[in-house]
Amino acid sequence: MIIDLFKETIWSLSGNKARSGLTILGIVIGIASVITMVAIGQGAQNSIEKNIQSIGSNLIIVSPGAGRGGQVSAGRGSAQTLTLEDSNAIKSEIPNITGVEPENSRRYQITAKGNNTNTQVIGTVPDYLIVRNVKIDSGSFITDQQVRSSAKVAVLGSTARDDLFGENTNPIGQSIRIKNTDFQVIGITQVKGGSGFNNLDDSVYVPLASSQHYLSGDNFLSTIGVAAADQNSMSAVQQQINDLLLSRHKIEDPTQADFSLINQTDIISTVTSVTNTFTILLSSIAGISLLVGGIGIMNMMLTTVTERTREIGLRKAVGIRKIYINLQFLSEAVVLTFSGGGVGILLGWIASLGLSSFLQLSTQVTLSSVLLAFSVSAGVGIVFGFYPARRAANLSPIEALRYE
Amino acid sequence: MIKCSNLTKVYKNGDVETEALKGVSFKIYKGEFVAIIGPSGSGKSTLMHILGALDVPTSGKYYLDGQEVSQLKDDQLSDLRRNRIGFVFQSFNLLPRTTVLRNVILPLLYSGISIKERDKRAREVLKNSGMEEEKFYDRFSNQMSGGQIQRVAIARALINNPAIILADEPTGNLDTKNSHLVMKAFQKLNKKGHTIIVITHEDEVAAFAKRVIAIRDGEIEKDSKN
Repeated sequence: MIIDLFKETIWSLSGNKARSGLTILGIVIGIASVITMVAIGQGAQNSIEKNIQSIGSNLIIVSPGAGRGGQVSAGRGSAQTLTLEDSNAIKSEIPNITGVEPENSRRYQITAKGNNTNTQVIGTVPDYLIVRNVKIDSGSFITDQQVRSSAKVAVLGSTARDDLFGENTNPIGQSIRIKNTDFQVIGITQVKGGSGFNNLDDSVYVPLASSQHYLSGDNFLSTIGVAAADQNSMSAVQQQINDLLLSRHKIEDPTQADFSLINQTDIISTVTSVTNTFTILLSSIAGISLLVGGIGIMNMMLTTVTERTREIGLRKAVGIRKIYINLQFLSEAVVLTFSGGGVGILLGWIASLGLSSFLQLSTQVTLSSVLLAFSVSAGVGIVFGFYPARRAANLSPIEALRYE
Repeated sequence: MIKCSNLTKVYKNGDVETEALKGVSFKIYKGEFVAIIGPSGSGKSTLMHILGALDVPTSGKYYLDGQEVSQLKDDQLSDLRRNRIGFVFQSFNLLPRTTVLRNVILPLLYSGISIKERDKRAREVLKNSGMEEEKFYDRFSNQMSGGQIQRVAIARALINNPAIILADEPTGNLDTKNSHLVMKAFQKLNKKGHTIIVITHEDEVAAFAKRVIAIRDGEIEKDSKN
């Protein structure tokens, strides 16, 4: 009996290939577009979050100059109000901190062995590795000893290394020249990737004191990066830093602070709200596509049943029981929606993969989008394919046969 | 084997009541070839619907082979139609976009009978209804002439070896030549022992039958042998 049902279903559906094809097409497009759109949105969210996570963990950035609410990037204030003493005070007096890195950074022209490049030179301390989540690839990073002695040593980011010495070379022991001073290369950092949020691969690191003595000539810091021990202590640490610096700089009114604090969580949530909007936009477009697809399916199903009312009448007249007629139409609706659904999911998945490999667009297919798209399409298909048929099957054979 | 006692049928359309049948009684025996003739509105279609278990009378009784039909439920009526009655309609006899063979075996769907057996029976009844040429068997219903369609419909009507074959204006859409072919097919089947009831409004068609029941205004006017 199941075999009969299956055969009748396939026969019916292939008997009108155009109509079946169009119905399936509506389902496929609706589902594939929802899946792809949501995948793009999710991918964008993922890659941005990953980008932000990679700049450090539980990071709080102190910048000189008055803060403007909602600053997203680690802005370099033009004012010079942060000192090494501030940084040391933070390190010694505030609990729940895993590292503090005072920075003195500026862009310089650097030459080496006939090549030159213009890049940022970051004068900093060993804690930089911890705070900014950077790892050494070969050689070693700056040491406390080298900071104390203003050693003329440098660590290169991978892109800076490529520009100055050639790709994948090992220039450890060789010299680079910054502002008429030679620095010996002692290490190369691992590739971090990313852009926008300071491409650290295109940087050169020198000891903080060396930067202040030989390069910038002043004692002020561009920023202080602080890594809190964990997510939970971040707001407390931020508050404590704020209070400490206000008292050190002898400022009574917090709104007159000559520094600003941003924490990584703020950055993430600002950016997340942007990507959320983006995702909502994409999802809305996809939703409309699903809606139109759904209306198409509904239309197809209703037309089909209307046209087949006489056929239902004939089947009843020759004595096929109502339940078999109902089952047949239900089965047709299920086969249409499920096969359309399967193809749609596959297509959406392939489209997402294609976008990520050909357009370098990060995508992630989410289970919820698959389930949502599939259930809407299947729901519409089955409801509008089955219930009208059921109504027709309930007509008396004569009424059904007479139907125009 | 068919016994109708005082069949009436009243249609209600809002406040308006139409008496299509006003108390019809007759018997038809196995192996008869009966034509029920009457003008439009005479009630012959209504009578056919009741005889075919497609509809139930308002009052009166209809016995088919001793079974009282008017009290049966939907599924039982379906079973009755499938097993005991074969229909040939005036138009829309065959499923569209479906082959001749599949049309003929339609009543055997979900019956549990093997495909081979279904095929065998189908070919047999097709030959019996005057469609001997096998090249037609895989043709689609829309690729056939009116006369061919009707003969396929007859084959389908025969496939479950029914007690009666009911034909509602079977030649209504056919030309003279094809009408003859179809009526001859009925005669041949009747010679083999099948009970045939044809509803018509044409005397030439009724002439092919052995007995004619004339109906007018919901009542039997005349019941005579040809």
